[in-house]
Amino acid sequence: MARRVTVILGILVAGLLLIAVACGPRGEARRNEHGGKPAAYLIGVGASFPYPLYSKWIEEYRKLNPNVNIDYQSIGSSGGINNILKGTVDFAGSDAPMKDEQLSQARSPIFHIPSVAGAVAITYNLPGVDKGLKLSPQVLADIFLGNITKWRDERLVSLNPDLNLPDLDIAVVHRSDGSGTTNIFTDYLSKVSPVWAERVGTGTAVEWPTGIGGKGNEGVSGTIKQIPGSIGYVEMAYAAQNGLPRALIQNRAGRFVEPTLKATTAAAAGAAAHMPEDMRVSLTDAPGEGSYPIAGYTYLLVYRDQQNKRRGEALAEFLWWALHEGQQYAREMFYAPLPDNVVKMAEAKIREINYKGQRFIE
Amino acid sequence: MVGKAGRGKIKDTLFAGISGLAALSIVFIIIVMLYELIEGAGPALARFGWDFLTGTRWDPVHEKFGAWPLIYGTLVSSFIALCLAVPLSLGIAIYLAELAPSWLRDPLAFLVELLAAIPSVVYGLWGLFVLVPWLRTSVQPFLGNTLGFLPLFQGPPLGMGMLAAGLVLAIMILPIITSLSREVLLAVPLSQREAMLALGATRWEAIRMAVLPYGRSGIIGAIILGLGRALGETMAVTMVIGNRPQVSPSLFHPGQTIASVIANEFTEGFNELHLSALLASALLLFVITLLVNVLARLLVWRMNKVTQGVSRE
Repeated sequence: MARRVTVILGILVAGLLLIAVACGPRGEARRNEHGGKPAAYLIGVGASFPYPLYSKWIEEYRKLNPNVNIDYQSIGSSGGINNILKGTVDFAGSDAPMKDEQLSQARSPIFHIPSVAGAVAITYNLPGVDKGLKLSPQVLADIFLGNITKWRDERLVSLNPDLNLPDLDIAVVHRSDGSGTTNIFTDYLSKVSPVWAERVGTGTAVEWPTGIGGKGNEGVSGTIKQIPGSIGYVEMAYAAQNGLPRALIQNRAGRFVEPTLKATTAAAAGAAAHMPEDMRVSLTDAPGEGSYPIAGYTYLLVYRDQQNKRRGEALAEFLWWALHEGQQYAREMFYAPLPDNVVKMAEAKIREINYKGQRFIE
Repeated sequence: MVGKAGRGKIKDTLFAGISGLAALSIVFIIIVMLYELIEGAGPALARFGWDFLTGTRWDPVHEKFGAWPLIYGTLVSSFIALCLAVPLSLGIAIYLAELAPSWLRDPLAFLVELLAAIPSVVYGLWGLFVLVPWLRTSVQPFLGNTLGFLPLFQGPPLGMGMLAAGLVLAIMILPIITSLSREVLLAVPLSQREAMLALGATRWEAIRMAVLPYGRSGIIGAIILGLGRALGETMAVTMVIGNRPQVSPSLFHPGQTIASVIANEFTEGFNELHLSALLASALLLFVITLLVNVLARLLVWRMNKVTQGVSRE
């Protein structure tokens, strides 16, 4: 009996020790044989949309810098913003820029570093029409407002004279979970439709005038596959990877543009001309001949004034790498790389990151 | 020097203390949870008051939160599930406990318990890709054509909606109710059945008049546990219910439950008030589950009293 107690106690102690070792010093103190710079451990949380890319970045960056450990958890953009404000993480990811009142709560200025751009594709299930559906902004808004309810509506027919639109009711499908994708899409609809702006507005979750909700991109696309006559929106990357039909959307220049990486980067370049200094900008309805109008940046949020010298340095170096070498991984994973002029603006921000006035990158 | 008996006493006291602490921790956990929920829900409840219960709009952008469609969706989907699952589960349980040949009992019971082990997200996917298309192409058109005069079965057959959610929930709570009821029935003393049969009762009469009344409170307990799971089920429901906070008499229409709105919106909470409204609905779910359990206890208690009274006469 007594022996068994000893064994159990032994296991408990061993377990506690293991936990203590695992959660122990965050590594800065341990010198590393590689390089010569001490090891650094960075934690980031936030948006799930760029998670696959950030994982790839972290993996590749670790090959180059084995003493820098980065951990990114996709808990959602709002979670990212909350955590960076509380100072519990080194950086955060967010699909939407922070609001002014949120920025005012920060202990020091928070920079918005765009990492890549993404777009929202309009996908549909129309028997007999597997590609080439054209939509104008007003028609798109009226479909999602519930004002256009039939595929044979004359406005849809006149936009698509070459297509044989079926005689079906339109079933609108939207995201049920709060999401950056919804934020970009509703931001776009608010810009092109005053009725939408007034009645529904922009947000990660909104009160939809019509339609049914699916959870996540897979929920939306699964629902659309089930219901002939349905239309909905998903991330462009998701639509491309799964070969979903993608509607052409009329942009500000009047051209019908397919959601592609090129058209998304074009939107980013088009918006860069009017980019504010803090880089909090919406890419929806961007000017430019080839711009796809439903697009947005995803951001990395970092403090300008770092509180730990080594971690701040590692962070600045990682950001610099992500904006340059890291961009090559974007395209293969269906994220649109940043246009050059935006990279230049972001570089200036990264140079300003400092510890007690001492900058890391000159 | 402590004698052997004395040491035994110390061990007893120690054991009683430790298990007492374990029991107390439940009370502590519930109090902490309630406190957190009430604190988090405070801003929303202060802003909307009773309108939070009766309001029908859920609009994070314009900061209008009314949970009535969520309460409605939670209760209706669980009610559909109970209506479908209870008769079926009791049938299975009675067959397994009383009628099945012995070589069939264990494999069947094993299959039922296997159903309980399937993760809810798998039920959700199955619902979305198998059940929903079947509902849309076969069941809903049929119901609409034959019973379409009832408000329950009106509207376009989308497949997704309250009916799909109720069906998935029914399948999910089936194994809980079945296996618990089976245990209860097996616990009924053999003498009860034998007495009944000795009086000349048929097998059905013995089950109806001796076995079921004896196990009644246990069966109700099983049903309540099933209901508890249905009320709180999140993932599977979210994938098939259509996620539209509305109150509609038609089972073909999409709806929304408290658990699914929390799962959907909590990670990307829009602002403080939105998060607070979500916590307030969590508190609501807590209260609903509590009420259901208390009601069930009262029911069981009352029934036991009645049957005891009968047997004493």
